[in-house]
Amino acid sequence: MDQHTTIARAQAAQARCIDNNLLEQWPDFFTQSCLYKITTLENHTLGLPAGLMHAFSRAMLVDRITALRQANIYERQLYRHIIGLPAILATEADGRVRSETPFLVVRILRQGETDLFATGRYLDLWDLGGENALLAERIVVCDSSRIDTQLALPL
Amino acid sequence: MNDQPADHGTDALPDWAPGLSRIPYWLFQRQDVADAERTRIFHGPSWNYLGLAAEVPNPGDYRCTWVGDTPVVMVRDDHGEVRAWENRCAHRGALIAVENQGNAKSFACVYHAWTYDQAGTLTSVAFQKGIKGQGGMPRDFDICQHGPRKLKIAVLCGLVFASFDHAAVPLEEYLGEAIVARVQRVFLGRTPKILGRFTQVLPNNWKLYAENTRDSYHASILHLFFTTFKINRLGMKGGIIVNHHGGCHVSWSSNTQPKASADDYSGLRADSGYQLADPTLLRGFDEFRDDVTLQILSVFPGFILQQIQNALAVRQMVPRGPDKADLHWTYFGFEEDTPEQTEVRLKMANLMGTGGFISMEDGCVGGFVQRGIAGAADQQALLMMGGHDADSQDSRVTESSIRGFWKAYRAAMGI
Ligand code: FES
Ligand SMILES: [Fe+2]
Repeated sequence: MDQHTTIARAQAAQARCIDNNLLEQWPDFFTQSCLYKITTLENHTLGLPAGLMHAFSRAMLVDRITALRQANIYERQLYRHIIGLPAILATEADGRVRSETPFLVVRILRQGETDLFATGRYLDLWDLGGENALLAERIVVCDSSRIDTQLALPL
Repeated sequence: MNDQPADHGTDALPDWAPGLSRIPYWLFQRQDVADAERTRIFHGPSWNYLGLAAEVPNPGDYRCTWVGDTPVVMVRDDHGEVRAWENRCAHRGALIAVENQGNAKSFACVYHAWTYDQAGTLTSVAFQKGIKGQGGMPRDFDICQHGPRKLKIAVLCGLVFASFDHAAVPLEEYLGEAIVARVQRVFLGRTPKILGRFTQVLPNNWKLYAENTRDSYHASILHLFFTTFKINRLGMKGGIIVNHHGGCHVSWSSNTQPKASADDYSGLRADSGYQLADPTLLRGFDEFRDDVTLQILSVFPGFILQQIQNALAVRQMVPRGPDKADLHWTYFGFEEDTPEQTEVRLKMANLMGTGGFISMEDGCVGGFVQRGIAGAADQQALLMMGGHDADSQDSRVTESSIRGFWKAYRAAMGI
């Protein structure tokens, strides 16, 4: 399989986990020492480092999901990801691959409204060495600086 | 020189019996309430947070911000002073500054190029004398009589506050000694450094968020993150400080254990069902000269300063009509921080914001109230935990600081 297809497949499988409420499987798409961050274009452009969700390891992604399941209170909701095709940007010296992929996430709240919740792009660094493509890094850059209340599920 | 807006009166509003422990729901639903708040509170003798002085470090740096829902520009002038003026052209009302931030010697309105200096003073009118004697402004037009409203400025620990009312009492007097001291304990003379800015859109009236911020009663009930992960909160002591007019408060708690080691901070108990898979999330550093691990501080009407362990942020509330508000978060650390300390703050930032482990819930309860009261304009909320007054208390099982908000609110609104 070519890189493009490998990455597109991994992205499709990953989004499906979030949208179909298989959240526990979501961290499996990341490497052990991964970085995951949700930020906005404004912060990204200005080089401001903070994120709305900011995991410095796969274990932190696991904690995110445990907290969502066991601790946090948020209104019942559902995402539907529409993911564009990845653009392969570069291959690093160590063989890892950088890609950029546009996304759109629609959110369906308990009362039934369907809202356009977020658009943006994934800035990814892929480890393609193993059986499955794994994310060593995913920076989720949301286009808008305004986020509707309760970013509960990962994007 | 500045045309004052008409005072939106409160005569048409329903009755509200005296006292602080019953809050009628119509306060959260009516446009005429929002209009009266604009004139009497936000344009009145209150102090409103504009931004951090560190956001405009150099001469000419500016940022667009708000006081209530009124757009305001904060500028550092060429003499190093921070200035603020309404972002509204004196000609026909267009925004004068149209970027979020930038650097400018002067500001020209894009519409017809009326130009302002860094202090917001109108300095020129394009084609004032017309062309070849034709057109132009009337001869008696006096440029000095026109301009956007200018705000009075006060800076405390690098936090820039402003008031539309130039007769407002000095900021430190408005806050009171105890609140000022609690602001200072966070900054400790350091220079703030911005780590990120996020806007959270709240589906509720701004006052419901103002109440939530001052509500120390809900913390251990609504926010289950710490409890679920058995993060040690035993021996927590804490209290509430409410200032003289009621509108400003501090809620704090501290870990009274002699000396918390890094491992205590991860707080895991061997027998707990759930543990953090990555306990470095909460592995903090000793930053403050006390054992206060949580401090929420509010300034009437719309400002919040937050310290949750090493996670620091300011929040600015901007009303967007009766049933919506924007909450602008600015996450910060200090220029003096080491890279390791910055990383701690970035990790702990997971606790706050619209997706925060312990502030996520605050983003939905306001909406639950707003929807819950839809048919209950004539009913009222009860605020009786810890009595009927707005006094400082040693217990956090109290609604005293929320009553403080309403005390300041009633005084400002004259209702
Ligand atoms: S509205 Fe600004 S110059 Fe006309
Ligand atoms: Fe809360």
